[in-house]
Amino acid sequence: MSSQAWINLAYLTASMLFIVAFKLMSGPRTAVRGNYLGAAGMAIAILAACFEQPVAASVAKNGIWPLALLAAFAAAGGGIGATMARRWPMTGMPQMVALLNGFGGAASMLVAAAELTSTHTIARFGEGAAQTTAQTSLGSWTQFGIAIGLACLIGSVTLTGSLVAFAKLQELPRFKKPWDDPNRQWFNLGLGIVVVLLLWAMFSNPQPLLFLLLVLVAAALGATLTLPIGGADMPVVICLLNSYSGLAAAAAGFVIDNSVLVIAGSLVGASGLILTAIMCKAMNRSLVGVLFGGLGTTATVDADEVYAGKIKAAETEELAMVLEQADRVVIVPGYGLAVAQAQHAVRELADVLEARGTTVEYAIHPVAGRMPGHMNVLLAEADIEYEKLREMDDINPTFPETDVAIVIGANDVVNPAARTDPNSPIAGMPILDVDKAQTVIVVKRSLSPGFAGIPNPLFAADNTLMYFADGKKALIDLTAAIARD
Amino acid sequence: MPKTLLLDSATLLATTPSGEDPASTFIRLLTVFLLAMWVGFEVITKVPQRLHTPLTSGSNAISGVTVVGALVVAGSLTSGFGSLFGLLAVFLAMINVAGGFVVTHRMLEMFNPKKK
Repeated sequence: MSSQAWINLAYLTASMLFIVAFKLMSGPRTAVRGNYLGAAGMAIAILAACFEQPVAASVAKNGIWPLALLAAFAAAGGGIGATMARRWPMTGMPQMVALLNGFGGAASMLVAAAELTSTHTIARFGEGAAQTTAQTSLGSWTQFGIAIGLACLIGSVTLTGSLVAFAKLQELPRFKKPWDDPNRQWFNLGLGIVVVLLLWAMFSNPQPLLFLLLVLVAAALGATLTLPIGGADMPVVICLLNSYSGLAAAAAGFVIDNSVLVIAGSLVGASGLILTAIMCKAMNRSLVGVLFGGLGTTATVDADEVYAGKIKAAETEELAMVLEQADRVVIVPGYGLAVAQAQHAVRELADVLEARGTTVEYAIHPVAGRMPGHMNVLLAEADIEYEKLREMDDINPTFPETDVAIVIGANDVVNPAARTDPNSPIAGMPILDVDKAQTVIVVKRSLSPGFAGIPNPLFAADNTLMYFADGKKALIDLTAAIARD
Repeated sequence: MPKTLLLDSATLLATTPSGEDPASTFIRLLTVFLLAMWVGFEVITKVPQRLHTPLTSGSNAISGVTVVGALVVAGSLTSGFGSLFGLLAVFLAMINVAGGFVVTHRMLEMFNPKKK
């Protein structure tokens, strides 16, 4: 067997390991093994790459130092990545994933850039290749041109899109408010047209100058597409960028004719697309609507009308009494929980309740938080059992038998207007039916609206008690009050 | 398959050292791409929502596979912009790979607390 065949066999092994890794993600226990297998696949692929003919030829000619240089850069990147991953707070997971997506996209773009500028390519094409392809202009799309154009486009969009998403999630002051210039769609359309033209040219005649232009315009587009998107739509953006980072890797695989890049890239691309679809469905919105529409912010209902005279604010002692009498309590976390870093306080409250014989469960809306599954990770960090974290469809039928539902830092995902008011901007969005519980306790700083910018009739409902306080402090006070009795 | 793709096969032939017909190379890769995409859809729809964050970070790590491409490109070069791009790609992709796998492991550990 030739050495190239061995290398290809190694790539095949790596690809299979990646598929098994995804397969094992279906349960929390098997997922640990899956992650190891994924890492093992990556190690095999990386080792195999070091034996590829161009690398081997270079080592034969120049000695070991090019390989040593590569190892140094790889070790530096790996070290930084691992350190980051160990230290990053769990509440900031969406930011970290956004940043890593960006690096992956940039790397794929750079692979295409390196391949294009390398002497290696000139050798392959022959010095006159550029002229030849120019003569046949549009009639000569090439595999190389298509792949390099797409890798450049997707990689650059992923890079800047991810950096903007990171800045927004990190709540850097300049990125707090979504970009809402009314002409932004025209601006994006203009950039889009330029991108298509450049891409068209790249397809038939990939050249460094064109590549550079495409990088710049695509990078601008990545930023301007992400800037207008608001916080609660971030789960969709994260999933989409995740998908892009995979597709960029696949495109890079087309550039250098490498199957493991294509397979792993398309697996990730598929994963991101599925998650994107799930997130959109959970908000009852189309992808186009999320990316370009913004929410219809015309308030159809006046907040004063909804809330006037109907809000019942409760004190700690009163709420403690309500909770002490409950047999079954469901806790509904939202992004506010992450902001208040209240996951451990939630756990302590649940502990005192469970010590009294109360059943405590958690209802997780698919888009609660800033990335898919965000709330589950936070609650898991506070050692809350996996089995107690219930998905929306699973827990919704149980709300009528629930004595107390505690809503912490969630708003739109528990707004009954989605069910009842066909004119509401969130009409038809699947929600957690907390209003059907015997008593609802809403922990919130004020009556300010959620992301959708609409009042929430839940707060004014007869069975709702408002607890105006910071989420973490509220939970600690409640826990103390119950523990005292 | 667009006819235009076949026309310029003389230029394209140079991109495949093995001598495979370039349009065939493209279609071979496209086949792999679409089949892998299909497998991805089948496997990933079975992941429960509760594990979607580790799924995202884990798939993120796997998208760092572009490091393989970076190594091949950078390894064959010894100078010029190309090698600089390649080295930078290796560096960034490795942050992605290591960061993704380690953070996924950290999260999954939390989902499986050690029994005391």
